[in-house]
Amino acid sequence: MIEVEHLSVGYDADGKKQIALHDVSLTVPQGTVCAVIGPSGCGKSTLMKVVAGLIKNYQGTVRIGGRPVNPQKMKIGFMPQNYGLLPWKTVGENICLGCRIKGEKAKDLAARTKALCARLGIAGLEKRYPHELSGGQQQRVGLARAFLLRPDILLMDEPFSALDAITREEMQEVFLSLWQENHITTMLVTHYVEEALYLGQRIALMSANPGFVQEIIENPLAGNAAERQQPEFFAMGQSLREKIREMGGRS
Amino acid sequence: MRNSKQVLRSYALGALFLLLLWWGVALLVELPIIPTPDKVLAKLGHVFVHAIAIHSAYSLWRIAAGLGLAVLIGYPLGLAMGYCKKADRFLAPLVYLTYPIPKIALLPILMLLAGVGEWSKILMIFLIIVFQVVIALRDGIRAIPEETYYPLYSLGASFWQLFRHVIFPASLPKFLTAIRVAMATAISVLFFTETFGTQYGMGYYIMDAWLRVNYLEMYAGIVVLSLLGLLLFGILDLLEYMTCRWQK
Repeated sequence: MIEVEHLSVGYDADGKKQIALHDVSLTVPQGTVCAVIGPSGCGKSTLMKVVAGLIKNYQGTVRIGGRPVNPQKMKIGFMPQNYGLLPWKTVGENICLGCRIKGEKAKDLAARTKALCARLGIAGLEKRYPHELSGGQQQRVGLARAFLLRPDILLMDEPFSALDAITREEMQEVFLSLWQENHITTMLVTHYVEEALYLGQRIALMSANPGFVQEIIENPLAGNAAERQQPEFFAMGQSLREKIREMGGRS
Repeated sequence: MRNSKQVLRSYALGALFLLLLWWGVALLVELPIIPTPDKVLAKLGHVFVHAIAIHSAYSLWRIAAGLGLAVLIGYPLGLAMGYCKKADRFLAPLVYLTYPIPKIALLPILMLLAGVGEWSKILMIFLIIVFQVVIALRDGIRAIPEETYYPLYSLGASFWQLFRHVIFPASLPKFLTAIRVAMATAISVLFFTETFGTQYGMGYYIMDAWLRVNYLEMYAGIVVLSLLGLLLFGILDLLEYMTCRWQK
């Protein structure tokens, strides 16, 4: 479970104090996916970085599984927008990086890596370097790393944004099928309404200037590919879009 | 190693071109000061084992020792300056003030402090290479985007892990380039320092042959010196090829 209470984050810009997040409260229940959506500049990524333990200077409380954020003591899987692959490591080394840092020496690690690669359609690419892969393949490598680690929580910052529409939908499917096996508590930042609706059981709507959680929506349509073609899905997408547009017009 | 044949061929062609040029000039001027390459190479075959080999070994050792020392001291310094802004603020003025001093100008001081023997020669090479190592490493580390560290930060990686998985590999290409650039200067300065205070080294051998007006031996020495450089650059290239394959 991820609990964020009254979180405020400021930063310096040209010597002036700016507020990135203002009094943000958000809970992601254990074993669910929460999609965070909002216009650019609403502090989505900042929120993500605080939970990932990258920003330590904040007010309020952030707890993971009831304990304050501590990357050393808990397993946080963080997937940045550029997938976070290290260009000097091969695909295989990149996938194992999380487990290596954590010092994991499970005997079935090699077998699990192999199975994951096969699942994600990147088997046989282990010896290649990231720059030799397509964007979709790099994304798969990032997912393999995240799921091999079996983290306590998974944080994804616009993971599918850089992909073309077809690949993006494919990757959403892949993510969902992996997620349904592990039910890792996940926080996912996106700016695609459909992505939020498809993946997030909960959708946090954020507004900009300063970043603030406007509304938290329970989304019963998540995780079901069949729902994607239903009128409810479109209707909900429309209403979400409307809300985001309203917020954009106000600020 | 698909291109290794191509690389070898281009080096052979380069050597051939130089030899032809040399030959042409030698035939043109017809003076003992520029002998033809065939005579020099024949001489080299005669004197290499019992005379030149030991001299080139001494030169190689001095370069290796100077280089090793420079990396040993320059690497941590550059690492501190690149990773920690405070260290840079403190050390950058020191480096910038001392870097432009022509190191060869310090030779008399070095000789007084470290003697005319081995140490002053090694320290000279050290002084030339160490600055380039420091600056290249600092800039290499500074150029690493902050985001590159994020996945490791969020995994709670220790500094040693950051160094091993990010800092070292990311700065390696710049580090090797710095060594390569510094190497050429180091070899020419080594030549100079070997002209006194020693009976061994390629510098001594070449100058000695010159004073004895033995031009064939002098040229043989020059050829060996050039091959020595080639060997060192070759090793660096190979090292880069093996460790920086991701960079294409």
